[in-house]
Amino acid sequence: MNLYTAPDLEPADVERHDAQPVNSAKVRKPLYEKRKKIFPKRANGRFRQFKWLVMLITLGIYYLTPWIRWDRGPHAPDQAVLIDLAGRRFYFFFIEIWPQEFFFVAGLLVMAGFGLFLVTSAVGRAWCGYTCPQTVWVDLFLVVERFIEGDRNARIKLDAAPWSFDKLWKRVSKHAVWLFIGIATGGAWIFYFADAPTLLVNVLTGNAAPVAYITIAILTATTYVFGGLMREQVCTYMCPWPRIQAAMLDENSLTVTYNDWRGEPRTKHAKKAVAAGAAVGDCVDCNACVVVCPMGIDIRDGQQLECITCALCIDACDGVMDKLGRERGLISYATLSDYEANMALAQDGAGVIDPKRVRDENGRFTEKLRHFNWHVIFRPRTLLYMGVWALVGIGLIVALLSRDRLDLNVLHDRNPQFVLESDGSVRNGYVVKLLNMIPEERVITLSMEGLPGGTMRIAGQAPGDGRSFAVPVTPDKVTTLKVFVTLGKDRLAEAAEGFRFLAEDTASHERDVYNAHFNAPGE
Amino acid sequence: MAEKHVDELSGVETTGHEWDGIRELNNPMPRWWVWTFYLTIIWAIGYAIAYPSIPLLTESTKGLLGYSSRAEVASEMADAKAAQAGLLDRIAASSVDQIIADPELSTFAIAAGASAFKVNCAQCHGTGAAGGPGYPNLNDDDWLWGGSADQIYTTLVHGIRDTQDPDTRVSEMPSFIDMLTPEQMKQTAAYVMSLSETPSDAALVEPGKQLFAENCAACHGEDAKGNRDLGAPNLSDAIWLKGKGEAAIIAQMRAPKHGMMPAWQARLGDTTVKQLAVFVHSLGGGE
Repeated sequence: MNLYTAPDLEPADVERHDAQPVNSAKVRKPLYEKRKKIFPKRANGRFRQFKWLVMLITLGIYYLTPWIRWDRGPHAPDQAVLIDLAGRRFYFFFIEIWPQEFFFVAGLLVMAGFGLFLVTSAVGRAWCGYTCPQTVWVDLFLVVERFIEGDRNARIKLDAAPWSFDKLWKRVSKHAVWLFIGIATGGAWIFYFADAPTLLVNVLTGNAAPVAYITIAILTATTYVFGGLMREQVCTYMCPWPRIQAAMLDENSLTVTYNDWRGEPRTKHAKKAVAAGAAVGDCVDCNACVVVCPMGIDIRDGQQLECITCALCIDACDGVMDKLGRERGLISYATLSDYEANMALAQDGAGVIDPKRVRDENGRFTEKLRHFNWHVIFRPRTLLYMGVWALVGIGLIVALLSRDRLDLNVLHDRNPQFVLESDGSVRNGYVVKLLNMIPEERVITLSMEGLPGGTMRIAGQAPGDGRSFAVPVTPDKVTTLKVFVTLGKDRLAEAAEGFRFLAEDTASHERDVYNAHFNAPGE
Repeated sequence: MAEKHVDELSGVETTGHEWDGIRELNNPMPRWWVWTFYLTIIWAIGYAIAYPSIPLLTESTKGLLGYSSRAEVASEMADAKAAQAGLLDRIAASSVDQIIADPELSTFAIAAGASAFKVNCAQCHGTGAAGGPGYPNLNDDDWLWGGSADQIYTTLVHGIRDTQDPDTRVSEMPSFIDMLTPEQMKQTAAYVMSLSETPSDAALVEPGKQLFAENCAACHGEDAKGNRDLGAPNLSDAIWLKGKGEAAIIAQMRAPKHGMMPAWQARLGDTTVKQLAVFVHSLGGGE
């Protein structure tokens, strides 16, 4: 019997879907996309002025700081800011830090962290837009590029043009200047780690340490590649901060905002649209905001990860608004809550924007519009950041003012723990370190308190036993002494009480105490 | 190879390998990966030519650069020696007392001596130089043959009871087993004990004193404070090299034990011996 039945080729009850696989091989794009070049146009305006100023100050600080001199006397370097790795000292103007005081640096980093949180929650990505080294150096590199190749349109033309002597010359000189800036940047870095004038001579004459040249080479490469070639890609793809700071922003943080409620519907042909009776916003779709953007985005798409809030689009748009005789601030710093309130005002029930709703019959903005209020900067979140920031700062200042410049470290000999002398007395050995943390010679009195009947002597110094010695200490160095403490046979019962080493600067009465043990045979 | 075959589902060319109808797709490695791979191969060839690499029957190829890790260690050690040469020369030319008087030399000698001590001396004297029963503690102020830096140096140079060295320090305590009766030994031990501690029986001390003067004082002295020329220990102090107590004293009278230390100059050289002397002198008991 034949059990096989031929299938129904077109069954009516099979549901058919109109669908395309999202990840099908035909539509899949490569993971790597070639960088599309961005040619930012020069912007003019208040924010551009402010950014020039910030650039001048930050670059000035970076390049010039190592050259500031600061007299510390004959026993310490005279460079105001110096990280002396070989000598294990950090000098910052009137402050000198020893390695064990590194917590000051840690504290400054905590302050920098909370400062960044504070600034970000109050005024958004101000760090990214104005002071981040990446932004500042890219700005500097763009100045060079504009000077040699011209502004946006000239650069686009040059980029598309076939190779010629003119193009070659411009490109070579641009990259040469970039590399020179890179070398200057790497070169400035090394001056923080050694006496700048001496090192400069050594670097130029080829006598500096290999590490100096390697450091210059690495920083030249990073400056040139990040500032000249990668630019916005560093911010968008390499930097973790754009992702992290999303958590810092809230509805009261200032961000660069395109105000749809007065800009939309945008049109290039306003007269025609008005004649047709359509709603017309302030945006004339001139793309001035797009061409100045160093990140290559359109701020009118709303808040986006790439935006570093450099505010150059505000300058560009304000210029256009001035020409059109309209109010500035189509693109402005605004908080999300203000923006949403104004949007609610401008929209009808269906969400369609009509700019007439935010203006009165005379064409002026209505009173109902919300503007930025400085009070929102002071809210629990920012106050908390400010509080923690100030607390760490006050803690550091208190620690700085009250820190010891004389330190006493003692290591008790452990092998042997004690030594029996021929008269039956018991001797203990200690390595005593006197840390003279100022660049001046001092005489420190090292004495012992407690352990009645006990005496001490310092190996290799002033022979004889006593309970107090005057020890000259070298400036800004550790003086190491071998100290023997001896306790008579009949006083051994009191050994368990221990004693104290006391180091005191007789002139300044600075002192430090160490609670020491005394080991004796337990019979 | 057969003609090109393209997989229908993925649209990717296959390698032509087929197992039971399953074909291997030919997805090439990324370019940068392939080039890195080729570079490592070129690097490996260059490395094999430049450096010792290919094992042969008895040794490996030497490589064009003539590099050897053993030679590198040797050169590093030679560099370190050269860096110390100035100090070592000055130590060789100075007496131990001159070394101690010079802070730079003494710091260097103490550090070098400490390291030589750990290698050569710690086996008997302990890593902390605290000694043990029969092995003197070098930290204390009780010295058999003298505790000045120069005396310590002489002891180190020639050793103690080292038959290989004609100038070695030598002395011997005789056995008193045939000369004193057990009772007399008890009396002598009680007297010696009484010099530093309370004896077991005060009645034994007086006859013991007489016996000590007759038998022991020749070496250990009338006052039992010993004699460093003979290496005879001080019997009146708190330190007992061969054991504390009357039983230990009697055992030493019956069958004396003698310590032995090799002469070190021939083995370690004069410079190291000087460093050792300075180190031992610095331990706290030096005179």
